[in-house]
Amino acid sequence: MISVEHLTKQYGPFTAVDSVSFTAATGRVTGFLGPNGAGKSTTMRMMVGLTRPSAGRVTITGRDYHELVNPGLEVGVLLDASAQHAGRTGREILAIAAQTMGLPKSRVAATLARVGLTESEADRRVRNYSLGMRQRLGIATALIGDPQVLVLDEPANGLDPAGIRWMRDLLRGFADQGGTVLLSSHLLHEIEVIADDLVVIGQGRIVAQGSKAELLAAAGTLVRTADPAQQDHLARALHEASVVTNPVDGGLRADADPELVGETAHRAGVVLRELRAADGAGLEEMFLELTAETAREGAAA
Amino acid sequence: MTTQTQLATEVPAVPTAAAPEAPAPRRGVRPIPMTRLVGVELRKMFDTRAGFWLMASVGIVSVLATAAVIIWAPDEAITQDTFSSAIGMPLSVVLPIIAILSVTSEYSQRTGLTTYTLVPWRGRVMSAKVVSTLLVGVAAMFLALAVGAVGNVVGSAITGLDATWDITLTQFGNIVLANVLGMLMGFMLGVLFRSSAGAIVGYFVYSLVLPVAFGTLAAFQEWFRDLQPWVDVNFAVTRLFDQTMTAEYWQQLGVSTLVWLWIPLAIGLRAILRAEVK
Repeated sequence: MISVEHLTKQYGPFTAVDSVSFTAATGRVTGFLGPNGAGKSTTMRMMVGLTRPSAGRVTITGRDYHELVNPGLEVGVLLDASAQHAGRTGREILAIAAQTMGLPKSRVAATLARVGLTESEADRRVRNYSLGMRQRLGIATALIGDPQVLVLDEPANGLDPAGIRWMRDLLRGFADQGGTVLLSSHLLHEIEVIADDLVVIGQGRIVAQGSKAELLAAAGTLVRTADPAQQDHLARALHEASVVTNPVDGGLRADADPELVGETAHRAGVVLRELRAADGAGLEEMFLELTAETAREGAAA
Repeated sequence: MTTQTQLATEVPAVPTAAAPEAPAPRRGVRPIPMTRLVGVELRKMFDTRAGFWLMASVGIVSVLATAAVIIWAPDEAITQDTFSSAIGMPLSVVLPIIAILSVTSEYSQRTGLTTYTLVPWRGRVMSAKVVSTLLVGVAAMFLALAVGAVGNVVGSAITGLDATWDITLTQFGNIVLANVLGMLMGFMLGVLFRSSAGAIVGYFVYSLVLPVAFGTLAAFQEWFRDLQPWVDVNFAVTRLFDQTMTAEYWQQLGVSTLVWLWIPLAIGLRAILRAEVK
């Protein structure tokens, strides 16, 4: 379990991370979502002692990171897959990590296989790696110590769709075995397929958090009319039923459950082509909305 | 607090699905011993192409310098001292660069992100780097001594004279000390600049520009002549190579290294311990 309490980082007058508190629970994958520059990476660097917090604290399995006597065996960390010596081979980078943690050499080959890097890829220098291969190597470095907690910054960056599916299965399995996973992303689609819980951050502040199911339920209903010309008519009808709507490509998103929207459409005599829970579309809109909201506030402050 | 759209006050607990209870009981996690860190740092000095050739250059330079002495030096100059000076000069350039890169590659190549995450005590990482750097330095000096000795034997056989063994233990000790100070100088620049390019430029300013500047000043300014050994660190260190050290020389070495080595080293280390690693 990772517990973040009122974590704050100030650079002069600029507050990069503003009293952030959340918990990444054991047995769950927690997605840390926010636009670029929202403070995700700074928060993660503070978790593992690379950046000193201005205030607040982080505990991992109940302890401060500096209290772990051999952190690699307890927390797997990937902060930037590109931060590797370009002149080393993938195998060598992993071997150095294994040696630092005091692990047997056999773990290197086993872990390379686990992340899907072939023997010949492992013997290439990292300068010749694609971003996806670097991510796999970085995940290997995080996994090799067989930790109980994973902290991964943008791990899906550069992975192809098959790679993202692979990572989802890997992290799912890790969490199901009682592990804790915290991964960040600035892309909702990426994190949506992997995470159980979401923590949304914008302008250094937490703007929403909860389980993915809860956040999706709060995202409302997507409705499309059979005749596009009738959309305004439906929107008016929904407004009269005091339901807030906003247009999304070729349809409406309504802050109400599908049943109410369907009933309203029926009464208004509008023929529908589609009616369903908004899911990702709504969450994305919410994500943009919430982060834009804090952006405005930040500018006004 | 108005922006805090708290959609759920609590993160749900572990799912009710039949997730396996706890993972396998934690094996005993033992602290990382210092010897292991030194081993890791030594490995990191050799395991890149650049690092490997830098290390190999120590051997190559020794052999080339020895060959040059045998080919070009006059017969009476074929002594162990000549060989050790010939090897020592180029080595005193290569060794500090090894020291610089051991620190700066963590920052220039950003490997520090992993290193300091696996070992979140930067003081220990730095200590391991100093130890491994000095081990390499001392090993290189013994290698150079051995190559020089072989050169002396071969050279004497060619000239047909008896081999002249004119290096005392004290002299060898002083030469080792001079090179160790040179490497620490490189280490200090690495710690201070945290960038390979900056530190190497700094090193050439230190070892090429400053001595010339101080030398020129001493040549033209009477008042500076007596002061030079106290402020010119290269001047003070170079005497380790070719003079019998007097008590005053040692004091001058102490004072000049305090200013040019120990104080900046302390400032740099303090910065390393506090700086954010990105």
